[in-house]
Amino acid sequence: MDCHFEDPLQFIERKKDVRMKIIRQLFLLLPALLLSLLTLAQSKPVEMADTMRSNGRIYVVVAVALTIMAGLILYVFRLDRKLSRLEKESN
Amino acid sequence: MTNEKNYMHKSWWKITAVLLLIYTVIAGFLGPVPHLPLLQETIRNLYFHVCMWFAMMILFTVSVVNSIRYLRSFNLKYDIYARQFAVVAIVFGILGYITGAIWASYTWADPNKPAANSFSTIARDPKLIGAAIALLVYFAYLILRDSVQDMDKKARISAVYNIFAYAILFPSIWILPRILPSLHPGNDGENPALDVKNDIDSGMRTVFYPAVIGWTLLGVWIATLKIRFSLLKEKKMSA
Repeated sequence: MDCHFEDPLQFIERKKDVRMKIIRQLFLLLPALLLSLLTLAQSKPVEMADTMRSNGRIYVVVAVALTIMAGLILYVFRLDRKLSRLEKESN
Repeated sequence: MTNEKNYMHKSWWKITAVLLLIYTVIAGFLGPVPHLPLLQETIRNLYFHVCMWFAMMILFTVSVVNSIRYLRSFNLKYDIYARQFAVVAIVFGILGYITGAIWASYTWADPNKPAANSFSTIARDPKLIGAAIALLVYFAYLILRDSVQDMDKKARISAVYNIFAYAILFPSIWILPRILPSLHPGNDGENPALDVKNDIDSGMRTVFYPAVIGWTLLGVWIATLKIRFSLLKEKKMSA
C-alpha cells in the first residue's frame, strides 16, 4: 500500500516545475525569433504599403493633378461669382 | 444688349464639368491601359492631349456658328460670342500643341541621335505643320479684329473671316496630315489614335469620352465668363 501512496502536494509541485521549464525555453527562444525577424526585414527592400506609397507612388501624381485642377476650378468659380455680382449691380 | 438669364448662369453643366474632370484625373492615372511598345504609360496622355484638340474643334465650331448668327441678324451680341469662343479655342489649341511637342519628344525622338537632330525630324511632321497653320490663321483672326476701329465693320469682317478660318481647319488638321506620311498615329486613312484594333481598348474609351466632355465644358465655362464680362463692358460703355 505504501508504494502506491503519492503525496498530492508533491505531485502539484512537480507539474509546476514542468510548466516553468517550458516557459523558460520559450523565453530563450524569443530573442532568437526577434533576431531572425530583424534580419528578414533588413534583407527585403523597405516597403511601407500605405495608400500614397503603393503602386509606384502614382497616387502622389493623382493628388498633385487633383490639387491643380481644384485650384483652377476654384479660380474659375470665383470669377463666375464676381461676374454674377457685377451683373446684378448693373441691372 | 441686355443681361438676360440664360444657360451661362445655370450651374448644372458647370458641376458636370468639374465631376467629369475629377473622374478624368483619377481614372486617367489609375485605370488599366494596354501595354504598347514605345508608348508605355504615356498612352494616358490621350485623356489630356487629344482632349485639348477635341475641345478646340468643338469651340471653333461654336464660334463659327455664332459668326453666322451674327451675319444673319447683325446683333453684336453674337459677334462677342464668336470672338470669345474662338479665343478659348485658340488657348486649347496652343495647349494641345505644347503637350503634343512634349509627348513627341519622348516617344518619337531617336535615342541614338542627338536631340537637335530628332527635333528637326519631329518639326517636319505634317501633323505639326498643319496644326501650326490652323493656329496661325486664327491668330490672324484676332489681329484682324483688333485692327478695325468701327464696331459694325469689325464685327462683319471678322465674322466672314471666321468662316474662312474654319474652312481652312479641315484641310490643315483633318485631311493633309492623313495623306502625308507622319509619325503621328492616323495614317493611311485610319482614325488617329482612336483605332480600337491598334491604339486603344474599349476601357480607355470609358475615360476618354467623359474627358472630352469635361474639358469642352470647362472651355465653354471660361468662354461664357469672358462673354459675360464683354457684355457688361459694352453695357457700361453704351450707358
